[in-house]
Amino acid sequence: MVDVDLSLVNWSRAQFALTAMYHWIFVPLTLGLSFLCAMFESIYVRTGDEKWKALTKFWMTLFGINFAIGIATGIILEFEFGTNWSNYSWMVGDIFGAPLAIEGIFAFFIEATFFAVMFFGWNRVSKGFHLFSTWMVAVGSNLSALWILVANAWMQNPVGMAFNPETARFEMENFWAVLFSPVAMSKFTHATSSGFLLGSLFVVTISSWYLMKGRHVEMAKKSIIVASVFGLLASAYVGFTGDEAAFEDAQKQPMKLAAFEGLYKGEEGAGLVAAGIINGAKKPGDSQNPFLFEVKVPGLLSLLANRASGSFVPGIDDLVYGNSDQKVMGVAEKMKLGQLAVADLAAFKQARQEKNEGAANEALTRFTANKEFLGYGYLNTPEEAVPPVSTLFYSFHIMVILGSLFPVIFLAFLFYTVKGKIAETRWLLPLGLLSYFLGLVAQQTGWVVAEVGRQPWAIQGLLPVKVATTNLAVGHVQATFFMFLGLFTLLLIAEIKIMLKQISIGPEGL
Amino acid sequence: MIANLDYGTLQQLWWILCSVVGSLFLFLTFVQGGNTLLWQVAKNDVESALVMNSLGRKWELTFTTLVLFGGALFAAFPKFYATSFGGAYWVWMLILFTFIVQAVSFEYRKKPNNLLGAKVYELFLLINGIVGVLLIGAAVGTFFTGSNFTLNVYNQVTWTHPLRGVEAAFSLFNLSLGLFLVFNARVLGGMYLLNNINFSSMDAFEARLRKSVWINFLCALPFLLYVVVSLLLMQGFDVNTATGVVSMVANKYLFNLLAMPLVLGLLLVGLVLVILAVLTTVFKGSSKGIWLAGLGTVLVGLAVFFTAGFHNTPFYPSKADLQSSLTIYNASSSLYTLTAMTYVALGIPFVLAYVAYVWRQMDSQKLAAHEVVDHEAY
Repeated sequence: MVDVDLSLVNWSRAQFALTAMYHWIFVPLTLGLSFLCAMFESIYVRTGDEKWKALTKFWMTLFGINFAIGIATGIILEFEFGTNWSNYSWMVGDIFGAPLAIEGIFAFFIEATFFAVMFFGWNRVSKGFHLFSTWMVAVGSNLSALWILVANAWMQNPVGMAFNPETARFEMENFWAVLFSPVAMSKFTHATSSGFLLGSLFVVTISSWYLMKGRHVEMAKKSIIVASVFGLLASAYVGFTGDEAAFEDAQKQPMKLAAFEGLYKGEEGAGLVAAGIINGAKKPGDSQNPFLFEVKVPGLLSLLANRASGSFVPGIDDLVYGNSDQKVMGVAEKMKLGQLAVADLAAFKQARQEKNEGAANEALTRFTANKEFLGYGYLNTPEEAVPPVSTLFYSFHIMVILGSLFPVIFLAFLFYTVKGKIAETRWLLPLGLLSYFLGLVAQQTGWVVAEVGRQPWAIQGLLPVKVATTNLAVGHVQATFFMFLGLFTLLLIAEIKIMLKQISIGPEGL
Repeated sequence: MIANLDYGTLQQLWWILCSVVGSLFLFLTFVQGGNTLLWQVAKNDVESALVMNSLGRKWELTFTTLVLFGGALFAAFPKFYATSFGGAYWVWMLILFTFIVQAVSFEYRKKPNNLLGAKVYELFLLINGIVGVLLIGAAVGTFFTGSNFTLNVYNQVTWTHPLRGVEAAFSLFNLSLGLFLVFNARVLGGMYLLNNINFSSMDAFEARLRKSVWINFLCALPFLLYVVVSLLLMQGFDVNTATGVVSMVANKYLFNLLAMPLVLGLLLVGLVLVILAVLTTVFKGSSKGIWLAGLGTVLVGLAVFFTAGFHNTPFYPSKADLQSSLTIYNASSSLYTLTAMTYVALGIPFVLAYVAYVWRQMDSQKLAAHEVVDHEAY
């Protein structure tokens, strides 16, 4: 058990959440809009039609405004691991640092180098090289997402490493296991494809506004065709990879799955909650109904979680208190073994300092037997291992419902645009106008599921967030939290005002 | 071949690689230096636009190099990353804030309806160029003057000074190094602009830039002299290779330079190149000074990092507890990670090659006034 200042932990979490959520307002748009710009420019280069060039330049202008604030909010995230999570940085830097460095070497330089060509190279390089540069910006943006998502996936599913008691840290043993872990792949594909989706929604939203105003109609229609085809494909891929992500959660982070489904009592043939209202008074281990109201699809959760409709899905109570029938080891039991591991590690360190090799070896042998439970030794109660259920439940369900709506929107826009009736379909345009903002909600709730669902762990099952923080007086973190809040809000307002102005100016000559 | 490298060699190799990235960053601070010149050298809108657009096409390279410097240190020397960033919290936070505000300023400064007005974004760039560079210099200075931290057996950091890192800026040595870097960045910024802009029918603008190179060089000199002389005379941190015990040794860094003549050579050649670049720029009308001075800055940077990290020297020493000091050997990643990262590093020459190629493609024609007046320009 550890005695830490919980307000420091929570302020550190709040600061990281704040900066990450601000960053994720802009990044998915970059991921999607960069590819759309590359597609628009490809059509221009293929057809030689100047209208497509004007259209490309218009979307690039909006891309650039968004890109700048994406960079501004992004730099802090890399350094925050050190500033606010220094114990984490030391304990897992041997593994976690590598993807961040690779991201810098291979992805950021592609973006930084070709971005200048994309924006200022129209009259300085050949048409072909310019198009190549635009594609490279898209590739570079998505490559940078790969590496940071590999790092994030490793926090959800720590593989390819071992704890070294000599250095008191986790050390990498297999780089390929880290890179190609199924969680990393599903995270990368799900997050980037959701970015493609958001980029497409952005184009649909602005085009809808132009159609409602009767301005730049031709550009809007051209843009909608490309964006809705891209968005439709992306939606299908988001659904496919989302299913994969839920399967991985069930296998690697069953507590997360149980929490976002509000499943307390595990069952065979578990149903998926299609909609429901959580009972806020419900606590793990009590006999209250978790829901005030629920609609379930029978057997679907088992199918989703284990690819078998009759299979057992453990609930929160099973995971906390154990279920011997289903061979689920509870947190309470893991905590006992974890506390032994913590004590044996301390004894090992003490013996090493005293140069008592015999005692050190004995402590090490004892520690090794329980080392996989080390992280649980830092928990104070078994219930601490349960993330906030209602936050996760609503976030997950909002994300899924919105994710199901987007392909319908794209399909409708594609259908009416191809039929030449989009400008007259007045009922659809307001939905299109709203769609980007719904996309943003789905993006944010998706990350809430991923990150809040990991709590209380910084590294799933190995390192709780309260052990990962920097030893700081809470006032320092509060001060920087409000500095970030103020500065990022100011920059966001500036970004929105600039964006709206550029949208109101519109493309040249179209 | 990489698989056969021993641990010590890999640790040294990664210190060299981090030093190269850090030194390239110092060269690329010509963007920050250029930012701070705006109000002095540009006297009308066209001149301002030329300065902003010229720098605005390179700022991301500088920014990315800084991020890579952080990432490379995280991957290769995680104990340094954890200790310094977590411990010296405020100095890093302030540096980061200056880079956050810089990142939007080029793009937003001239855009209509930008909330804050062009002057505020220019102020952000000025803050980045002065405060950001100065604090980075002060942070690098602590490689020689030491920091206020202790580490426990689990390597968790405790910072023993209430200012959490900002105290570094109150040391005369660190402050002088910071100010030297600020003025050096301004020298580099002036030279870069002289190289990058087409000055046809703007002689006065060009003359102001050349004058600014000379004045900023003269301003940099006393700080440089103070730093170099102090470095040679000061007590330094030394680690005993047999016992691992860290102690203070008189003239430690002078001995490091004498023991590593190659590093001394880097320092001297680097300084000569910077001086030569300034003289040819100011008195011979050269526009290629940036390349000589850039190379010179990289060489000086390498000498600084090598003096701090090699020859039994803890590169991140602790004043509060000498034995908590970090060396490239006790702060590094595991053998496996350093080996894996070395394979990754084989890609660096390829990255440098395409950066250079695109730079050439984009800058073969100098930036002319007619290019910076349309609404797409910064």
